[in-house]
Amino acid sequence: MSSLILPAVLSGLMMGAVYALIALGLTLIYGVLHIINFAHGSLLMLALFAVYFLNFYLGIDPYLAIPIVLPVFFALGYALQRGLISPMSSGSEQNVLLITLALSMIIDNLALYFWTSNTRSVDIPYAYDTVEILGAFLPLGRVIAFGAALAAAPLLWLFMAHTRTGSAIRAVAIEKRGAELVGIDVNHTYAVCFGIGTACVALAACLLLPTFYVTPQVGYTFVLVAFTTVVLGGMGSLLGALIAGLLLGVIESLCGLFLGESLGQIGIFVAFILILLFKPSGLLGKVGR
Amino acid sequence: MKLQSAGQIALVVAACAYLLSVYLMSSPVWIGFTINALIVAIIALSWNITGGFGGMSSFGHAALYGTGAYASAILQVQFGVNAWIAFGFGIIAGAAMGGFIGALAFRYGLKGSYFALVTLAFAEVLRICASSFAITGGGSGLQLRLDPGVGTLQFPDRTVFYTILLVVVALVMLLTLLIKKSRFGAYLVAIRENEDAARALGIDTYKIKVQAMVISGAFGGLAGALYLQLFLFIDSTVVYGSAVSIEALIGPIIGGAGTVWGPLIGTLGLHLLSEGAKHLLPNAPGLNFVLYAIVLICAVRLLPRGLMGLAALFGTFNSRKDDDHA
Repeated sequence: MSSLILPAVLSGLMMGAVYALIALGLTLIYGVLHIINFAHGSLLMLALFAVYFLNFYLGIDPYLAIPIVLPVFFALGYALQRGLISPMSSGSEQNVLLITLALSMIIDNLALYFWTSNTRSVDIPYAYDTVEILGAFLPLGRVIAFGAALAAAPLLWLFMAHTRTGSAIRAVAIEKRGAELVGIDVNHTYAVCFGIGTACVALAACLLLPTFYVTPQVGYTFVLVAFTTVVLGGMGSLLGALIAGLLLGVIESLCGLFLGESLGQIGIFVAFILILLFKPSGLLGKVGR
Repeated sequence: MKLQSAGQIALVVAACAYLLSVYLMSSPVWIGFTINALIVAIIALSWNITGGFGGMSSFGHAALYGTGAYASAILQVQFGVNAWIAFGFGIIAGAAMGGFIGALAFRYGLKGSYFALVTLAFAEVLRICASSFAITGGGSGLQLRLDPGVGTLQFPDRTVFYTILLVVVALVMLLTLLIKKSRFGAYLVAIRENEDAARALGIDTYKIKVQAMVISGAFGGLAGALYLQLFLFIDSTVVYGSAVSIEALIGPIIGGAGTVWGPLIGTLGLHLLSEGAKHLLPNAPGLNFVLYAIVLICAVRLLPRGLMGLAALFGTFNSRKDDDHA
């Protein structure tokens, strides 16, 4: 049994990096707009389908789809925030939850209607290649996803710390009125932030698809994991989301090993409930709620 | 409940007229459809206690519904307990689950989005558990043995079941009215409007909120146990799935959260709408949820107090001017 633990931990870390990437987008949106985006998982599902269809109809490799899917989903996120979520919710927290819930219902059920509930995966030559790390054989796609997701996090941090847009986003997050007074377009900045969050999901989709599948229901699973990651990391903390994502990947993998595959996700949700109850401010969060 | 305007009276009369007209139509399709709507209306009334009066929006009311259904089913199928007793335990189990979730969540002061997320997580944990263990029948669910009769609470005659449901819904609405009129109800509304102020006035907010979850849980368990007696079969997705949680909150929000009639009217309206859409687009499963979502967005934007709030604007009686929506 103990010989299985190391491979399980490693494969958990691989999956955890993708959870972290999805959660980065969610936590960025929460940290700046102070809203919980319920439709985050549905947008991931949409991105997975986009990558799938690019591969299916045009033969574009999932990794090469990154420069196409990323800008498209940035624009989609920008438009959703500016055109739907912001004008429809009139600024109330509960309304935002309901609007994004409604959005996810629309996206999920339309996907189910048009694409049926069939499970699809891409057919690529390197699908079954593995890499040996510390005696464990890991799928090549998972290792690439791990590396790319880990690389994306510091890039996002650099963007936030050293660009004018990044400064504007941070300014709006800290003091909305003050930012408005010094001439920052708050609505534009909010929408840019939402766009970046959605682009994170698109990147995650490109990294996931080579070793994963897509169905219209896949987003729901991921959105719950992403909530957990964000809460565990401390709402709004980028570094926290990264650490929490990796941790949850390992928790899921170990629970799957010891309790059986179908109960793997139980570990994540039990962790979610425990964190919410005992440390709602999360690992790196400063303030609760 | 003093209905405050001709508009609200018209809405209530229309709902009652529809419910009674189902008897005259004597069409199994309509009765079956309305029975479904009424079961959903009970879970909506359950959500209304915490989400409507108390302002605690749960996104996981399936946790209560499923627990009621599973408790009753496990007792009947695995232990051969009498249906009436099992039914009662279903309600108790729902109440216990509500109290448990409430006690844990409110002890740590969770509210707003955090409360929504933790309830969602509870429903999901229960769904996965129910699909994984032998006692719940695992992935294949639990099936009651077909044995019609009063003793087994199985009524193949849909008209009989419909009448029972009408009585149950009326009772739940009567209880809702009593809660609304009671000191307890006033405390709940005070907590919704300003929890800190309520606590400063000496209200034990923690106790009140947990009690509200217990009542909500009992109603939710009742809805789940009724579902079981109607269909004689449950599985984890049907009773613990997110669709139940969504239906629980969407009816009250459309109809008017924190009102006695709102959850019933909102649920009936939505179900009629989706039934109508089904005739326009026959082979489109799931599209009713798209429709619900669009209605939800419009309601959030245009009807902050739901249909009951909208109806209150028409034909207002000028004798009363307070803001106490029925």
